[in-house]
Amino acid sequence: MSAPATPTFGGGYPDGEAGPRLGFFTDTSVCIGCKACEVACKEWNLVPTDGPLALSGSSFDNTLALGADTWRHVAFVEQASPEDGLRWLMSSDVCKHCTSAACMEVCPTGALFRTEFGTVVVQQDVCNGCGYCVPACPFGVIDRREGDGRVFKCTLCYDRLKDGMEPACAKACPTDSIQFGPLDELRARADDRLDTLRQGGVDEARLYLRDQDDGVGGAGAFFLLLDEPEAYGLPPDPVSTTRDLPRLWRAAAVAAGALAAGLAAAFAGSRR
Amino acid sequence: MSRPGGDLPAASPPPRPEVRSYYGRPVLKQPVWTDEVPAYFFAGGLAGASASLALGARLTGNDRLARSALTAAAAGVAASLPLLVDDLGRPERFHHMLRVLKPTSPMSVGTWLLLGLGPAAVAAAACDRLGILPRLGRVAEAVAGTLGPAVSTYTAVLVANTAVPVWHEAGRELPMVFAAGAAASAGGAAAVLTPAAAATPARRLAVGAALVELLAAGAMERRLGELAGPYHEGPARRHARLARLCSAGGALLLGTLGRRRPAAVAGGLLTMAGAAFQRFAVHKAGFASAADPRYVVEPQRRRLAADRAADRL
Repeated sequence: MSAPATPTFGGGYPDGEAGPRLGFFTDTSVCIGCKACEVACKEWNLVPTDGPLALSGSSFDNTLALGADTWRHVAFVEQASPEDGLRWLMSSDVCKHCTSAACMEVCPTGALFRTEFGTVVVQQDVCNGCGYCVPACPFGVIDRREGDGRVFKCTLCYDRLKDGMEPACAKACPTDSIQFGPLDELRARADDRLDTLRQGGVDEARLYLRDQDDGVGGAGAFFLLLDEPEAYGLPPDPVSTTRDLPRLWRAAAVAAGALAAGLAAAFAGSRR
Repeated sequence: MSRPGGDLPAASPPPRPEVRSYYGRPVLKQPVWTDEVPAYFFAGGLAGASASLALGARLTGNDRLARSALTAAAAGVAASLPLLVDDLGRPERFHHMLRVLKPTSPMSVGTWLLLGLGPAAVAAAACDRLGILPRLGRVAEAVAGTLGPAVSTYTAVLVANTAVPVWHEAGRELPMVFAAGAAASAGGAAAVLTPAAAATPARRLAVGAALVELLAAGAMERRLGELAGPYHEGPARRHARLARLCSAGGALLLGTLGRRRPAAVAGGLLTMAGAAFQRFAVHKAGFASAADPRYVVEPQRRRLAADRAADRL
């Protein structure tokens, strides 16, 4: 596996058994906001409607966020600036398939697992809808489906990958804003693209979740953005909550010890 | 993340108005946990601490107190199961929790802890009440009493081990808040169920734990600083205030007039209520914390700025 040795990355695969890690590089600088990715995803994965048809008032965005029934979400950011007039940023967001995936780590049934492609997928026949993954995700991606009770999110088209096909969203993207492939290749391509943009004077271009030393160990789906991540509704410095889990367990051990000590004190002086 | 130039905040006026969120929408998803979850946190804590209280009573020869505490432990277990199962999106798949044991999932660890404590506490209470199988009863009491402190505190790790700022950043104090609440409710329940003469350790436990709970909750809010905002408005504020009132009132009653029956009952119920309201306050605060992108973005921005400042040195 071409990935850093984080505690849970391997997902049980011995070295060399799994194939190269596959993922997305979403270059938002060429996104035209056509939403073909949203539609292709829904069609291929048979994802039900997000709710009643309605206008949100937030630019052309009427799905508003990723969720159980929205696995690709195109954001429309409108910015007024003195120099350029109106600037319009469009970005297709998706599950990040984190290297250190909090959703998978906190899942108490093992329904969320690491596939042979290095992606993170929910086994729908196992999920019992406990909901732990929902507040664990630092990106607010995964959610429970109303009326179904289980959680759903992007599978990176696990079924298509198994047949050697690219995910539906990448296939449908008319500008190659969504690029699919082995993560090593995507990272090199992203670095080249960033250089090109910087040389062209686009100083605000930056890569998001490309580096493997960030709080989620880098992501299987990373992005080229033209503003701070929070402008797109993304956390600027996400951290997988389980990074702090040893500290949390230690604090619980101290509290449990205090409880035992308090009990002993309450019985102090009592006769046997 | 690679970023252009050092864009120092507040060094010079930014060229664009500072962007903080996407149309003010949350970065995180709201938890899907309903009121059944904090109710379980209370019932499970009561069961765990009561089991330990029963073991302590037995070891010091206070069989009357042991009986009350075992009753409370069994009642806590009995209440916990339906709460836990019913909160699931697919309750009929409850047993899928038993496929794995994962230290990275406090919910998984807690499932197995409960699987140990639950049957043991119920068996111990049954043996004691029915006066049968005394040796099995003692073994069950020992198992349940030993697991009690873990059952009382793992739920704090469960909520802290999320991306919700008001939960995660309170990871150091939350276990103490939950442990103290569990002890306060167990002491309170035993004080209600036991004649005053035999209930001295229970009253001591309830008074001491209620005070620790108040202190720990205060320390938690101080550490959270600005992130504690949800505790100062809306439903979390109401529940936190009720928790403080009940815990303080209960401790006062039990500590002063606890040898009298009416005061013992009222005081015990109050410390139990205080622990319950505290769990609900924590639960409600999580929703407000996840809903506001400010609580997510600002601390992360500060962390990045600190990292960048450290890199420059």
